[in-house]
Amino acid sequence: MGALWVVGEPGPEHGLARISTEIATLVRDLAASSGRDVVGIVVAADPGEPAAELARYLPVVFAIQDEAADALAWSSVAAAHVAALATADAPDLILAGAGPDGRDLAGALSAQTGLGVLTNATGVAWADGGPTVEMSVFGGKLVTTSGFTANRGIVTVRPNVATATPAASPGRIEPRTVGGPTLPAVRVVERVSEAGTAAPIEEAKIIVAGGRGVGGPGGFDLVEQLAGSLGGAVGATRAAVDSGWIPYSQQIGQTGKIVKPELYLALGISGAIQHKVGMQTAGTIVAVNRDPDAPIADFADLLVVGDLFEVGAALLEQLRGRSG
Amino acid sequence: MRIVVLIKPVPDPASAGERLGPDGRLDRAAVPAVVNGNDEYALEAALKLVALAPEGSDVTLLSMAPASAPETLRKALAMGATRGVLVTDPALAGADAVSTARVLAAALRELEFDLALAGVDTSDGVGGTVSAAVAAHLGLPFLSYAARIEPDEAAKAVRVRRISPTGYDLLEAPMPALISCTQALGEPRYPSLKGIMAARSKEIVSRSLADLGIDQATVGGAVATTAVLGTRTPPARGATEIVRGTPAEGASRIVELLAARRLI
Repeated sequence: MGALWVVGEPGPEHGLARISTEIATLVRDLAASSGRDVVGIVVAADPGEPAAELARYLPVVFAIQDEAADALAWSSVAAAHVAALATADAPDLILAGAGPDGRDLAGALSAQTGLGVLTNATGVAWADGGPTVEMSVFGGKLVTTSGFTANRGIVTVRPNVATATPAASPGRIEPRTVGGPTLPAVRVVERVSEAGTAAPIEEAKIIVAGGRGVGGPGGFDLVEQLAGSLGGAVGATRAAVDSGWIPYSQQIGQTGKIVKPELYLALGISGAIQHKVGMQTAGTIVAVNRDPDAPIADFADLLVVGDLFEVGAALLEQLRGRSG
Repeated sequence: MRIVVLIKPVPDPASAGERLGPDGRLDRAAVPAVVNGNDEYALEAALKLVALAPEGSDVTLLSMAPASAPETLRKALAMGATRGVLVTDPALAGADAVSTARVLAAALRELEFDLALAGVDTSDGVGGTVSAAVAAHLGLPFLSYAARIEPDEAAKAVRVRRISPTGYDLLEAPMPALISCTQALGEPRYPSLKGIMAARSKEIVSRSLADLGIDQATVGGAVATTAVLGTRTPPARGATEIVRGTPAEGASRIVELLAARRLI
């Protein structure tokens, strides 16, 4: 009987990505329902800190030390190690995040192991001897439950599916070394941080987003102030990104990010289908728009009809009044 | 510079009419097909790169799709690609990501290229794992989430800005390489009338599984590693409350709602 593996992804400052702690929390429940062991795997140049963090959530963490995990693109280095380990240990399920690193890892791992991949899981359960995976498809119109024909496979998990909760007691860390075929080297020449980009927007619990109605880069000052006041992140529509008002990293929608925050505050966003598919599973959707007939009126919880700058300024004042 | 761009015809996401067929597979006849959005960014990037050094350069489209795909490929040819290669075979119906990656890798193996570009994901499946798998099959360096692509033909190397959570990573690898492409590469051009006319006579080569030396029994729906077990319609969102009034009244109602839902 194969174990359930969580591959820990690199996070800020050589730590662990938050998505990995969420997946670890999710998979602890699966351990009970499946009767299988749960194992975390960290591949890093210095696995100490990320492995210790993952071990707060899981009973066992394999730590694989490899300098190349920092000097080269992480996913190709990690995929080679995890594939070699998977060939030896035959896990039933390998989980990673549905963001760039997790997707790159899952794709390479699938090619190396022949295991199938189910992507963007919004829930993972155990039924009839194998994992079953819920996914939201067609822009949220339908939820599918899928399984693996061989009852084993790789799953990528969306952010915010579980709330990261450490286990009652920390697990143990086992250093591992595995040999196997490597993937072609992609060298990291440098890592550049750009001002104004904070935590990944997919992880934000609150998102304040601006669209075409914001009118210009200056308009995003208000969006940013509201996000700051609510403790949230700034998002945007493609129109705002294409206009150069805000970086692509903040774009929500079909060719941007898919997010599921607890609160989505949409300012000057009409709610076209290409944007809707990226945010409609948000817990609460509040919109401020001048047009009461905008498509967002069909799926927001609350639509305030009015000028976003006037309503936004009043909202900012009231929020500051509350906290002050 | 010789570039191959992987192109997938997908149900038009703007139609909002996508659905599954009774077999649990995407019903590709339900909605008109378009070129996948992220693939258009890849194609635009390819066309800009070959324009910098036109001598001996070309852009080949590679698609694995039903036999009806040429219509969709013509639009991509009209943007300026040189030719198309369409891998189509009845046995590929219901192909999963594992089969798709294997078949695309086999088709790429037959082509000469410095760079292969693909969109980071497709709007129908949104899995975003196939290009990494193709690269792994071929032993190609894989540079993902590109916001900028800078090949150096003399050095036979390529540099890519990969979007990271906090900015970007500058990656470098020898060519040939496979790159997954984002919208940050720039808006795709509209086909010109001249481009549309020219596309009519451009070559689209069809390749079957037999042509690629792949046994039909080893790919496609019959050997899919995943299956849809069931579907449900998500609970509809509640009715929308619409508030008109002064800005202060609107703001108050927002604060009330957020407080009631413990969001502030």
